[in-house]
Amino acid sequence: MNTKKNLVVIGNGMVGQHFLAQLVASSIKDDYTITTFCEEPRVAYDRVHLSAFFSGKTADDLSLVETNFFENNNIRLLLGDKAAKIDRTTKTITSAQGHTIAYDKLVLATGSYPFVPPVPGHDRPQCLVYRTIEDLEAIAAAAAKSKVGVVVGGGLLGLEAAKALKDLGLKTHVVEFAPRLMAVQLDEAGGALLRNKIEQLGVTVHTNRNTQLITDGEACLNKMCFADGEELETDIILFSAGIRPRDDIARACELEVGARGGIVIDNQCKTSDPDIYAIGECALWNNMIFGLVAPGYAMARTVVADLANQSASFTGADMSTKLKLMGVDVASIGDAHAKTPGALIYTYQNGELEIYKRLVVSPDKKHLLGAVLVGDASSYSTLLQYCLNGIQLPAQPDSLILPSLNAEPVGLGPDALPNSAQICSCYDVSKGDICQAVAAGCHTVGALKAATKAGSGCGGCAALVKSVLNSELTKQGVEVNTDLCEHFAYTRQELFTLIKVEKIKTFNDLLDKHGKGLGCEICKPTVASILASNWNDFILKTEHAPLQDTNDAFLANIQKDGTYSVVPRIAGGEITPDKLIVLGQIGKKYQLYTKITGGQRVDLFGARVEQLPLIWQELVEAGFESGHAYGKSLRTVKSCVGSNWCRYGVDDSVGLAIELENRYKGLRSPHKIKFAVSGCTRECAEAQGKDVGVIATETGWSLYLCGNGGMKPRHADLFATSLDKDTLIKYIDRFLSFYIQTADRLQRTSVWMENMAGGLDHLKAVIIDDSLGLCNQLEAQMQHVVATYQCEWKSTLADETKLKRFRPFVNSAQSDPSIEFIEERGQIRPAEPSPHKHFKILEVAQ
Amino acid sequence: MIQWQTLCNLDDIPADSGICALVDAEQIALFYVSKLQAVFALHNYDPFAKAHVLSRGIIGDISGEPVVASPIYKQHFKLTTGECIEDSTVKIPSYPVRINGQHIEINITHA
Ligand SMILES: Cc1cc2nc3c(=O)[nH]c(=O)nc-3n(C[C@H](O)[C@H](O)[C@H](O)COP(=O)(O)OP(=O)(O)OC[C@H]3O[C@@H](n4cnc5c(N)ncnc54)[C@H](O)[C@@H]3O)c2cc1C
Ligand code: SF4
Ligand code: FES
Repeated sequence: MNTKKNLVVIGNGMVGQHFLAQLVASSIKDDYTITTFCEEPRVAYDRVHLSAFFSGKTADDLSLVETNFFENNNIRLLLGDKAAKIDRTTKTITSAQGHTIAYDKLVLATGSYPFVPPVPGHDRPQCLVYRTIEDLEAIAAAAAKSKVGVVVGGGLLGLEAAKALKDLGLKTHVVEFAPRLMAVQLDEAGGALLRNKIEQLGVTVHTNRNTQLITDGEACLNKMCFADGEELETDIILFSAGIRPRDDIARACELEVGARGGIVIDNQCKTSDPDIYAIGECALWNNMIFGLVAPGYAMARTVVADLANQSASFTGADMSTKLKLMGVDVASIGDAHAKTPGALIYTYQNGELEIYKRLVVSPDKKHLLGAVLVGDASSYSTLLQYCLNGIQLPAQPDSLILPSLNAEPVGLGPDALPNSAQICSCYDVSKGDICQAVAAGCHTVGALKAATKAGSGCGGCAALVKSVLNSELTKQGVEVNTDLCEHFAYTRQELFTLIKVEKIKTFNDLLDKHGKGLGCEICKPTVASILASNWNDFILKTEHAPLQDTNDAFLANIQKDGTYSVVPRIAGGEITPDKLIVLGQIGKKYQLYTKITGGQRVDLFGARVEQLPLIWQELVEAGFESGHAYGKSLRTVKSCVGSNWCRYGVDDSVGLAIELENRYKGLRSPHKIKFAVSGCTRECAEAQGKDVGVIATETGWSLYLCGNGGMKPRHADLFATSLDKDTLIKYIDRFLSFYIQTADRLQRTSVWMENMAGGLDHLKAVIIDDSLGLCNQLEAQMQHVVATYQCEWKSTLADETKLKRFRPFVNSAQSDPSIEFIEERGQIRPAEPSPHKHFKILEVAQ
Repeated sequence: MIQWQTLCNLDDIPADSGICALVDAEQIALFYVSKLQAVFALHNYDPFAKAHVLSRGIIGDISGEPVVASPIYKQHFKLTTGECIEDSTVKIPSYPVRINGQHIEINITHA
C-alpha cells in the first residue's frame, strides 16, 4: 500500500529546481511522491547567466539539472506542460495538456514575467523581452536583420540586455523613465558616473524619457515617440522595465495576493492555504518581491525544513548586488540610499579614474549600513561582510574607501570574520562550513565547490571563498605546492621568465643554476618546450634531444605496440590530387594503416622506427613538411571550403586557414593547439570548439578563443569582431605568446582561461588594450618563432648523426622481431601481444 | 661462467638517452647518465604497455634514484634494479654493465 503523500511543484525554474534538489537530499525524500510541472520546453537552467548564451554557451551548458536527476529520484516531470488550474477543494491540479494531478502539499515556484508597459504599439514586430532562452533566440534572429536596438529600462537587467545588443553588433540605446540609471541601487552621483562610463562604451543613454507610442519607422522598422516630443528610430525594442510575479494561477483559486501582485507568504513560505507554499519571484513576503536568486533559494530551503517539521523561517534577504556591466564594476550594499534616520554618509569621488564610492554608516559610527561602489568594486566583499555581520568599523570609517597612501590593503582578512559569516548567499554557506570542509580535506576551490556548493551559484563569492581557503590552508600548515616537480621549485611560468630573462639556452644550464638532481619526464619536456618557444633551436640538437618525449625525439607519434604514426602537414586540409597519390603510394609501399584524422589530414600508422627516415625522405621529396602531430604545438587549422566554392561563403576561409597554419606551424606550447576557420556563421569548420576559431562575417573576421573539444568540451569565447586580417593576426600572435608564457604545463587554453583571474575581460585588456604593456614583447616573441621555422624532418634527414637514433638496435641491422601485425578490414593492425617469455634471461640468471 | 660481452661504443649512446641492443634475441636497453658517468642495462620490454620500448623513455631521478619513465604510460623503473616505482610487484630484468675504455660491455650469465 502506498502511504506516500503527493507533493507537486508548479514551475521548474531556478528556485523550483533548487527546491527539488534540496528535497531529495533531505531526510524526507521518501515521504513523498513528487511531480513537477515545467512550462518551458526544457528543464531548469541558469537564468542568472542567461547572457552567456550569446557568448556561445548552449542551453545544455546552462542547465541546472544533473543528468538523470528526475529518473534517479523518481520525480515525475511534466515537461512543456503548464499547470492551468488549482482546485483547492478536491486538492487537484489540471494542466494545459489535460493531466489531473492530486496533491497533499503544493509548492508554487512560477517565477515572474517581464513587465511590458502598455503603450500603443508595444506588441509590434521585434518588440521583445529578455527572460528565457527562447527570448534570446528571438533576439538573435531579429538582430541578424537589424542595425539599431533600444532597451527600455536602465536597471540591472536592462543594462545587461544593452550589453548583449551591443555585442550583437547593434547601435544600442538605453531609454530610462527615471532621472538616472539603476535608480534602485544607485544614488545620483553614482548613477551619473555609471552613465558616463556606459556612454563612453558607445551606448547612448536617454533618461527622463517616457515612451508614449511605438509606430512605423522610416529608416528603421520601429519608431518610439516620447512624451517630450522627441523620437527615436530603432529596429529592435527590448523591454526590461521590471518584473511582475506570475500569480494568476494563485489568484484564480483565491489565494491571497498583494495589491500590486505577488502571492502572499508568511515566514514559513506558506500562502493563505497552509498546504500551499510559494517560493521565488512569485512570492510576496512582507510586501516585498525578491528579484534575485539567493532569496529564492533561501525560501526553498525554508520549505524543505518546514515539510520536515524542523523549525525554519524566511526572514528577508540581503539584496546587495555586485556586477560588471559592460566592463564597469557596480555594487550596492544594504541601505544604499541612507534611509536609516541619522545615518552618516562618506563619499569618495575620483574624476580622473572615474571611481565613486559611498558609505552609509550608523549614527554611532560603529556599523556599516550600506554602500555604493561604481568603477571599482574591489572592496565589495569586505564591505558586505562588515554590513552583514555587524563587524565594528575602524575609527575612521572612510579609510575603507579612501585610496590607501601607504599601499596597505585595507581589506578585512578572512580571519576577521566570525564563523557564522555567510560567505556564499546562493547556497547559504558560512565561513564555518568552509573551514570544516577544508579540514575534511578539500584543498582546492574545485573540491570546496563540490563539497559545499559555495561559489556555484552567481559566482559573486568566488574571491572570498578562495581567500578563506588559502587562509585555512596556511593555518593548517598545508603548503600550496606549485613546484613543477622535485627538481625545480618553480612553476612553469616562473621557469619561463627565468629562461627568458637570464637567456638560458640549455636544460643543464637551467638545472645547474636553478634546479637539482637529474631532472625527470616532467621537467625535461617542459623545459624543452620553453626553450623552443623562446629560442626555437632545432629540437633534436644534441643538448635538447634527450629532453624530448619519445614523440618529439622520433618526430612521430608512438602507438601502443611501439610503432609510430606519420602525419604530414596538409595546411588547411587543402591537398592536390598528386600529393594525395603520393600519400597513397607511400602508405601502400610501407604497408601502413591509413586513416583520415579529425584535423583534415592523413595519418599513416604502423611505421617501424627505422622506416621513419625512409618514409620522410620520400615525403619531403614530394614537397611535404612535418605535421608536428607529435609535438605539443600547433596541430591543424581546419577549414570549411569557404567563399571560393560555397554559395553561402562570405570570405576565403581556406586561404586564411593556410596562411595561419603556415604562420604558426612548429610553434611549441604548453599543450597542443588547434585552430579552425569558417567561411560564414554556419560554422561548418566548428571553429568555436577550437583554441583559436575564426569565422567570416560581412563586417570582417570574428575571433573566438579558448574553445576545446575532447574530454571536457568548452565553447570558445567571442573575443573580438569585425577584424581585418592584420589585426586578427596581431591578436592571435599576442594571444598565443601570452598563453605560452603564462600557462601551466599541459594546460589547454580552455583550462587556462577558466583559471585566469579576471577571465575574458582581463584577456581582452591584455591583448587589445595592452593593459600590461606586454604586447610589443609578445609580438616580438612570435615574430622570432615565425622567422626561425624549420621543417624538423628536413633538418633531421640532412644530419647523419641524428639518423643513427632511428636504428632499432645499436649492434644489429635486424628489425624489431616483436612487432607483429594482423589484417583487419583490408589493412594492418597490431597483433595482440603474445604471452611469450620475455624474461628468459632473468629467469636463467637467477 | 662469467662473460663480458661488448655491445657498442660509449659514443653510440647519446648522453642522457637510451638505445637498444640485441643480445641472444633479447632486446636490452642501454642508458647513459652523463652526470653519473654511468651506463645501465635493463630489458627493453615494458610489461605495462606489453611492448619493447623502454630504451625510448626519458631518463631522470626520483628522490635521487635514477629511473627511466616508460614512453607509453610513464611508469618509472629504477635503472639500477629494474624495480617499478609505482608497482612494487613488477620488476624487469637488469644486467651488470660496464664502461671499458670506449666499449660498453654487458655480463649475461649463461647456465
Ligand atoms: C537576464 C537575467 C539576469 C539575471 N541576473 C541575476 C543576477 O545576476 N543575480 C540574481 O540573483 N538574479 C538574477 N536574475 C534573476 C533570477 O534569474 C531570478 O531571480 C530567478 O530565476 C528566480 O527563480 P524562480 O524559480 O522564482 O523563477 P524562474 O527561474 O523564472 O522559474 C519559474 C518557472 O516556472 C515556470 N512556470 C510559471 N508558471 C507555470 C505554470 N503555471 N505551470 C508550469 N510552469 C510554470 C516558468 O515557465 C519558469 O520556467 C536574472 C534574471 C535574468 C532574466
Ligand atoms: S561555414 Fe559557411 S562558407 Fe563555410 S562551408 Fe559552411 S556554409 Fe559554406
Ligand atoms: S554567493 Fe552566489 S555563488 Fe556564492
